[in-house]
Amino acid sequence: MKKNLIQDSGFFILFLCMLTTLIFLGLIIYFISVRGLKVISWEFLTQGPRMGMTQGGIAPAILGTVYLTLGAVLFALPLGLACAIYLCEYSPKGFTVNLIKMGINNLAGVPSVVFGLFGLAVFVKFFGFGVSILSGSLTLGIVILPLIISASQEALLAVPQSIREASLSLGATKWATIKNIVLPTALPGILTGIILSIGRAAGETAPILFTAAAFYTRGYPRSIFSEVMALPYHIYALMTEGTHPDQQTAIAYGSSLILLFLVLLISAAAIFIRQRQKNIHG
Amino acid sequence: MKIHLDEELKELHKDILKMGVMVQEEIYKSVDSLRERDRQKAEEVVNADKRIDELELVIDEKCIDLIARYQPMAGDLRFITTGMKINAELERIADIAVDISQRVLELVDKPLLKPLVDIPKLSAIAQKMVGDAIEAFVSKDVELAKKVVLSDSQADKLRNFVQDELLNDYIAKDAKTADRAVPLLLISRYLERICDHATNIAEDVVYMVEAKVVRHHPEQLK
Amino acid sequence: MDSKVKIKAEGVNFFYARSQALKDINLDIYENQVTAIIGPSGCGKSTFIRLLNRMNELLPHTNITGRISLDGRDIFEDSVDAVQIRKRVGMVFQKPNPFPKSIFENISYGIKVNGIKDKTFIEEKVEASLKKAALWQEVRDRLSDSALKLSGGQQQRLCIARCLAVESEVILFDEPCASLDPISTAKIEELITELKKDYTIVIVTHNMQQAARVSDYTAFFLMGELIEFGRTQDIFTAPKDKRTEDYITGRFG
Repeated sequence: MKKNLIQDSGFFILFLCMLTTLIFLGLIIYFISVRGLKVISWEFLTQGPRMGMTQGGIAPAILGTVYLTLGAVLFALPLGLACAIYLCEYSPKGFTVNLIKMGINNLAGVPSVVFGLFGLAVFVKFFGFGVSILSGSLTLGIVILPLIISASQEALLAVPQSIREASLSLGATKWATIKNIVLPTALPGILTGIILSIGRAAGETAPILFTAAAFYTRGYPRSIFSEVMALPYHIYALMTEGTHPDQQTAIAYGSSLILLFLVLLISAAAIFIRQRQKNIHG
Repeated sequence: MKIHLDEELKELHKDILKMGVMVQEEIYKSVDSLRERDRQKAEEVVNADKRIDELELVIDEKCIDLIARYQPMAGDLRFITTGMKINAELERIADIAVDISQRVLELVDKPLLKPLVDIPKLSAIAQKMVGDAIEAFVSKDVELAKKVVLSDSQADKLRNFVQDELLNDYIAKDAKTADRAVPLLLISRYLERICDHATNIAEDVVYMVEAKVVRHHPEQLK
Repeated sequence: MDSKVKIKAEGVNFFYARSQALKDINLDIYENQVTAIIGPSGCGKSTFIRLLNRMNELLPHTNITGRISLDGRDIFEDSVDAVQIRKRVGMVFQKPNPFPKSIFENISYGIKVNGIKDKTFIEEKVEASLKKAALWQEVRDRLSDSALKLSGGQQQRLCIARCLAVESEVILFDEPCASLDPISTAKIEELITELKKDYTIVIVTHNMQQAARVSDYTAFFLMGELIEFGRTQDIFTAPKDKRTEDYITGRFG
């Protein structure tokens, strides 16, 4: 009886913790929605800002965030995946690889503003890309690189050795095995990594602060060398600059809601794809 | 490593040994009953057969049970299958002892045809062969087993001698002696059959110990 | 019954890092016969068959001396491609390991990676392989289902069919029934007996009765050494070496 009581109260505490987390999540969505929904309209989604950020919409910022995020993933995914494949499948196991893995993990812990400064020094100045989508994407790409590498590595490691052996024993080369068996099997895991990194890339402010973001652009970006508006920076700017705090705050909440929605949408799409992959492969 | 099968094999070994001892006793008794013209002894042999038959069934069942439960291999397999065969041979020997006793019962009330000389010799050989075959099984003594196999021809010769004598000297000369000569004739055949069964047991022992088939392959004995 | 020697191991030593896993193995594997390799865990039997299709060289820090020849040709010669050897010497593993793909793709995979693209040829080959592996009747209507939906025994037969599709000449079975129930095991054993008409088979097994049932020759390994090799019947009724006797009668150790 006593044992059961302890166990039950244990479970109850765990349940409470879970509930608290849920409550915070709910609160975030609730407050952002309540304050943001007021400004949301068709115009808000499709127009540029007018009248010193107090009127109009945030379309260029939405588009900018999408560009930057896509660019980051486009850059980081092949690089990260290739890196993970090399580390998991080809590199001889030992001290060096462990060192590299440690380095990658540490990279994930570097504050994002440091990446921003790095992007400014390297992409903007050294390579001369200027403050642009390209510089921002590359910088964001580096931010999410460790995420993609470690998620891919885990996904690759989770592929059972037995099916690698099965493929090799049928006379497949190592590369054919990786391409046809290992990668498709690891895909759901890799997709999870991409989902997480998309969320991260879309929400980061500091890395694009000096490399891509503009407070205001006239119209939409014309090339990868254009400056862009981006949602997170737009929110930051609305809250820290400008002369009409009340109207700007409302727009900031509206923008936050859109950012939240955007990230959830991308995640949902990725989860959908992952689930389909799982159904086929597992 | 000791395994449970070892215990059961020991039990089986004991049972076969017990069977051997019982059968030997029946041979002794039947041969004695002939020499001493002892009706009671002869009847005892006839009555004892039931016990031996029962023991045969018990041993047979044990062997099958061991095979089913342990799927024995190699030496264990040879021991159990040989055990089954020896068991059957012993039971046959006991049956023959009964046959001898039944002939003795036919003879006890009649005067002796002639003094028995060669039949006691033959029965001594038969007893020794059975005794040695069982001893060879017990002590896994291949040399002794081979000796048993080789001594079978001696028994054949002796039987032929007894047979010729009874046929030519008695039955051929005086048909009226047949009712006393034929049982003796049969007894000599029975004793020789006992020697054959002892030989089979000895051959099985060689297979059990050395995994060599000497049955129908006398050249393997060397 | 003297068959041709398909695989010949001569003085084979194998090392993992500094420990020696196989010591001076000399063994002939006869064509169209089933050779069983038995021995306690860690005796080197799996290591040995993994040499026969050069799977062990995927592990780091290994070293082999001696010679293993397939149809008379040394498989470790520099000019010999491991991939070619693996095509000729297929392997069925301890745990069924179908690819997380459809039944059809599992079988066609080996054909495709070997460069064949002809669709009708592949389809015919898949059907023929599944038939040979006695699985066709059970899966003919659901070739596009995931192979992972099959039962353990079916999966293992699928893995056998996979080998058959690439036209292996030798099939190595590494404890193929370790995770199967008796009925599935019986089916695999029957299949092995059936397959030996066309293939040379080597089977590693912990199940003594299985070795006795399916094989023609048996090799007993102990601590990296080949202790005894002979006709299965002789090994199981009358082993010559005391260690073999102790192992197969369960008195080992």
